[in-house]
Amino acid sequence: MTKKMIFFVLFCLVISGCSSSNASEKESLTLLNVSYDPTRELYHDINEAFAKQWQQDTGQTITIQQSHGGSGKQGRAVIDGIRADVVTLALAYDIDEIAKNRSLLPTNWQQLLPNGSAPYTSTIVFLVRKGNPKNIRDWDDLVKDHVSVITPNPKTSGGARWNYLAAWAYAATVNRHNDAQTIAFMKKLYGNVEVLDSGARGSTTTFVERGIGDVLIAWENEAYLSLNEVGKDDFEIITPSLSILAEPPVAVIKKNTQRRGTNEVANAYLSFLYTEKGQEIAAKNYYRPRNKKILRHYNTQFPSVKLATINDFGGWQHAQKIHFTDGGLFDAMYQ
Amino acid sequence: MSATLLPEAPKQQKIPKVHNPKTPTTTKEPLIVQWTLIGISVAFLSLFLLLPLAMIFISALQKGVVVYVEAITNSEALSAIKLTLLVVLIVVPLNTLFGILSALLISHHHFKGKSLLLTLIDLPFAVSPVIAGLIFVLIFGAQGLFGEWLLNHDIYVIFALPGIVLATLFVTVPFVARELIPLMQSQGQAEEEASHSLGASALKTFIYITLPKIKWGLLYGIILCNARVIGEFGAVSVVSGHIRGLTNTMPLHIEVLYNEYQFTAAFAVASLMSILALLTILIKNVIEWRSKEVSS
Amino acid sequence: MTILFSKKRRRPFRLPGFSLTLGFTIFYVSLLILLPLSMVIFHTLSLNWQNFLAIITDSRAISAYKLTLSTSFIAALLNVIFGTIIAWVLVRYQFFGKKFLDGIVDLPFALPTAVAGIALTSLYANNGWIGQFFSFKIAFTPIGIIIALTFIGLPFVVRTVQPVLDSFRTEEEEASASLGANRLQTFSKIIFPAMVPAILTGFTLAFARALGEYGSIVFIAGNLPFKTEITPLLIMTKLEQYDYAGATAIAFVMLLASFIFLFTMNGLQWLIQRKYSLNRSR
Repeated sequence: MTKKMIFFVLFCLVISGCSSSNASEKESLTLLNVSYDPTRELYHDINEAFAKQWQQDTGQTITIQQSHGGSGKQGRAVIDGIRADVVTLALAYDIDEIAKNRSLLPTNWQQLLPNGSAPYTSTIVFLVRKGNPKNIRDWDDLVKDHVSVITPNPKTSGGARWNYLAAWAYAATVNRHNDAQTIAFMKKLYGNVEVLDSGARGSTTTFVERGIGDVLIAWENEAYLSLNEVGKDDFEIITPSLSILAEPPVAVIKKNTQRRGTNEVANAYLSFLYTEKGQEIAAKNYYRPRNKKILRHYNTQFPSVKLATINDFGGWQHAQKIHFTDGGLFDAMYQ
Repeated sequence: MSATLLPEAPKQQKIPKVHNPKTPTTTKEPLIVQWTLIGISVAFLSLFLLLPLAMIFISALQKGVVVYVEAITNSEALSAIKLTLLVVLIVVPLNTLFGILSALLISHHHFKGKSLLLTLIDLPFAVSPVIAGLIFVLIFGAQGLFGEWLLNHDIYVIFALPGIVLATLFVTVPFVARELIPLMQSQGQAEEEASHSLGASALKTFIYITLPKIKWGLLYGIILCNARVIGEFGAVSVVSGHIRGLTNTMPLHIEVLYNEYQFTAAFAVASLMSILALLTILIKNVIEWRSKEVSS
Repeated sequence: MTILFSKKRRRPFRLPGFSLTLGFTIFYVSLLILLPLSMVIFHTLSLNWQNFLAIITDSRAISAYKLTLSTSFIAALLNVIFGTIIAWVLVRYQFFGKKFLDGIVDLPFALPTAVAGIALTSLYANNGWIGQFFSFKIAFTPIGIIIALTFIGLPFVVRTVQPVLDSFRTEEEEASASLGANRLQTFSKIIFPAMVPAILTGFTLAFARALGEYGSIVFIAGNLPFKTEITPLLIMTKLEQYDYAGATAIAFVMLLASFIFLFTMNGLQWLIQRKYSLNRSR
């Protein structure tokens, strides 16, 4: 009897699980955007604007659900079956993995939207304490003795991988691509890291709230945001002489949208990011817009800086293999 | 048994009263030792428990009551609270049932492999919540054991309520059982045997003999189980998918707020959970106090 | 003799409900604990032996095991010392605020670990209420990990020792005292032995719980490889790199360690209890 009861309860669980999701789909159109950590504020604004636009164009009400987390964690969630309609992650590698592991979207996904499917870009900058007491101007200053650096773990955080590659690009340029010297520089840099959080937001909190570290290596948008959220009187942004062009990509998870009948709205949603309105919102949230006109309008906010690109590292698959897999170069930093 | 125990009880209380004035040091430590021990306890508990608690409340109220109320009544917070309560309503009864039956089995019967079974019941205590989440991903994830089948039938287990329930069930399996087993073992089974030999059914014996004996332990186990269900973070974090307003439980909602620089709001929800914790502790104490009053 | 006697006595009075309780317990344990956990073994088996060995003996993994084991052990030991004192004080002495302290002991059970982690980190960071009074760092070092683990494990010891002390009959202490033993002798010869099984249980639970703790540690540990990276974090790291095999391999090692530890402690417990009950029945 008890067994039957348990089965019944489990059965009810499963039924309630699926019925509730079915019901919500019928009532109104929903879209699930699985995104990485620092885009919370950006997509809060984008979703509002897009829902309004969609209502005007089609008369349909749309609710956009958000999920945020580390880029790798979010990619894994999609692979494991979260029913994402669109993904907006920190780096192309994570979307590649989704295409590779479950073929939920075509492998040429990066060609489906303009600019390699990255509607906005960002770069890596330093956040230092007001007055810059350790006089940090460039990457060189981060490897000096008694400078405490905060950056997240490249193994778990997408942003941290951009941080690492930006530092590498600088060291490689300065050392004329001598690998041994470059590695020595990187070892010194990661030897100065005091807390290695698992996500970009965790690092920002450690630096800003806990007061640990002399410099935080961060996304430009993240640095501006903490400046505005916490107070301009406490921190300064330093732009290094060389950084990296960080391109956070977006993609429609085609298999999911076909199943759920949300293909059209998902595509419209991502296209919206490329419209003037979408680009304006991105710029307001401190992401560098692709649209030249809007970029010019915000040029005081985005100082021009020499940028390396991921192609200098042979693309994400290659960079991942050389630097970040187990036994890769990053592991050597701590050995 | 109980008939012989009862007259003994008042005697036990009388003896120290008579003896105490004459030989105060025989069963008591010197005052200095007493106060040192009390001092250590108070200091330790303040440093480790009270201070963090105080910090949560002070941080929560830092920006005033209006912000506080807003933080715990906005729609995302409310849906997190609702989801958490729903999980409690499913998980706690199931694990209570399991706790009672397994404790009956282990304390009243002899069989081979009992130690192994006990260890298995204990295991979720020691299994990292991260692994607890991982195993359900390995079973119900899209690439998991039943993944393909579930996908084809549009059944969502992980990143939905069933996954959260399963992970929480796993993590809280031992709580009621672990509370009851030592209690029932120490109580023995003489009364149950008597009841049974007088012809009472198993159910009757349980309701009239066993249940009254174990009710406070049971209640404590349920309270612990309940608290852990509400507070579980690691395992749920792996299987929830963090969809706002849909699969975020209260602890996950706190993490979300914390990651959005809404520290005050994060601590506000945390303080709500602390109030819940304090409330269950209060209920437990009131019940214990009343039970002592009734029995004396 | 005693064993023989008790067996003879018990058999005819075997209580009903054996098959029901056994059936249900086995069913529940299999479905919810065994089957899911066997997935870890199943997935680990998909690795070949060399790979498996390489993953689990990687120097980074080994320093994570060491850190996890040592901090958990120290925290459990601290809990045994302070937990026993607290249990003693709560049962034996009367003082103002005792009821309140008694209630608050359950707080670590009730508070979500993530909240505990955030609160403890804020307190013990260099600019925190407590951290500012220390010249050395507490948060983001192994000391911080120990503090968080002590917080998590405290109620286990207090709550297992407390009922034993509560039900301890004062006649035995009085008898001991009247036979000329001083307080310390009475404690070490009469009271303490009776507390040992409970203390051991408390230690087991606190230690086992500490081994797997994740939520609070990620906030307070610095997460630096080779320095402050605990094993559960390593699993999480591997998982987020799509390395399921690596994650399950490490998980398998952790599972095996906890299982062996719990099994040994349960066996030890049973031995001690038997010895204790034999002594008493004589």
